Amino acid sequence: MADRGNELKGSSFTLSVLHLVDIDLGQIKELLESKIAQAPRFFNCAPLVVNVEQLEIVPDFEQLRALIEGQDMVLVGITGAKDEAMKVAAKAAGLAVMTSGRPVESQPEPKAPVVEQRSESQALVPTRFHHGNVRSGQQIYAQGSALVILGSVSNGAEVIADDSIHIYGVLRGRALAGARGNGQARIICQGLEAELVSIAGTYQVRDALPDASLDQETQIRLEQDKLIFERLQS
Amino acid sequence: MARIIVVTSGKGGVGKTTSSAAISTGLAQRGNKTVVIDFDIGLRNLDLIMGCERRVVYDFVNVINGEANLNQALIKDKRVENLFILPASQTRDKDALTREGVDVVIGKLKEMGFDYIVCDSPAGIETGALMALYFADEAIVTTNPEVSSVRDSDRILGILASKSRRAELGLEPIKEHLLLTRYAPTRVNRGDMLSVQDVQEILAIPLLGVIPESQAVLRASNSGEPVILDAESDAGQAYDDAVARLLGEKRDFRFLEEEKKGFFTRLFGS
Repeated sequence: MADRGNELKGSSFTLSVLHLVDIDLGQIKELLESKIAQAPRFFNCAPLVVNVEQLEIVPDFEQLRALIEGQDMVLVGITGAKDEAMKVAAKAAGLAVMTSGRPVESQPEPKAPVVEQRSESQALVPTRFHHGNVRSGQQIYAQGSALVILGSVSNGAEVIADDSIHIYGVLRGRALAGARGNGQARIICQGLEAELVSIAGTYQVRDALPDASLDQETQIRLEQDKLIFERLQS
Repeated sequence: MARIIVVTSGKGGVGKTTSSAAISTGLAQRGNKTVVIDFDIGLRNLDLIMGCERRVVYDFVNVINGEANLNQALIKDKRVENLFILPASQTRDKDALTREGVDVVIGKLKEMGFDYIVCDSPAGIETGALMALYFADEAIVTTNPEVSSVRDSDRILGILASKSRRAELGLEPIKEHLLLTRYAPTRVNRGDMLSVQDVQEILAIPLLGVIPESQAVLRASNSGEPVILDAESDAGQAYDDAVARLLGEKRDFRFLEEEKKGFFTRLFGS
């Protein structure tokens, strides 16, 4: 009861993916070096996945690993393996064979290997749902997605999303939509008594909220760096 | 199987101990073997309200530390059959409570065949309060009709849903009840106090009872008699209704409206 043991839980991570079209080690090294030079801290010890979808032959994973580790990054697995030989070779090298959450789009005429940061616009992150009220002191963050609250958001509670926030109840606490700069995000609630609302960093506190919107079904959006409050028409 | 009920609130002075005493007494009056535990280590009050402070030898912390066994520490109520009190320690601090220790004590109480284990929580959201609510099956969230109390109750509801044993193990969530205390319809009508509807709208949990602001509560505290034993008083009756509802009975809510004053009371005061 009181002594809790080890647990296996699901989690999602953002990984850098190195898309290879050929195994020109010199070019790969150059590419990594230039990327790391831009953000050395970000890539230090960062896990890296290699997309082998467009490779015709099975690469020498040990060699590839040595190269990547030479850049202070950690090769954790491969993705886009089309045939068994590739998977077997990867497993033999101690690498995970991963399937991407989204269909890997094949680039028609690739010219060089590309390091790509997966950004939220490319991946479909499912909407996060919260059932019931968000209580004072609780914080909910929908990373990379929209957030739907099936209840009210209490005073002292905070709801954050990288996309829009929909509240099927009264917003009394704080709501921050477009937390990573998405200016298209909106906040929609059935009653507005918020302590603070923010879209893509543009915020207004309770005292600055338009009186006409208080206690009304409201949609809040960003237009030319200004928050626009609109009553929802039904 | 014993049901573990925590009486909690976040804010202090809203009537947790008064409610714990009244509700555990009410449960025992109906024939349930009931124990009420004071989790407010260092500021023990429950024994005073229950009128057994002169009979305290060993306490909850002694039992946890193995310095006494449960039978030595449990105090049998003299008025009501089936009712026992496990007092808090006055001399220790809240860190004396460990989750393992509390678990062992609750396990033993279950073995002893108790139907209800009522945990009287201290105020705040520190160790003592977290210990009191951790093992709960049900929670009675005691709230006064004013904004800061409602806000703190909301916070406690969030903690019940995230830091309790049931939440951590992913079991069925704690059953939550709202107990509104110190309710004064006159002041609600004047707009000085939140109404039942206001509080329910914010907290959105089922209403267990509304206890009117009453002289009887203070009188009961000072004389060491749980107010539910004062069957003539409005507060006593309101607690009796709450206990009945806790046991699944349907009862109408009373004392929500302003009392109509008669001619004489209006003339001479009450």
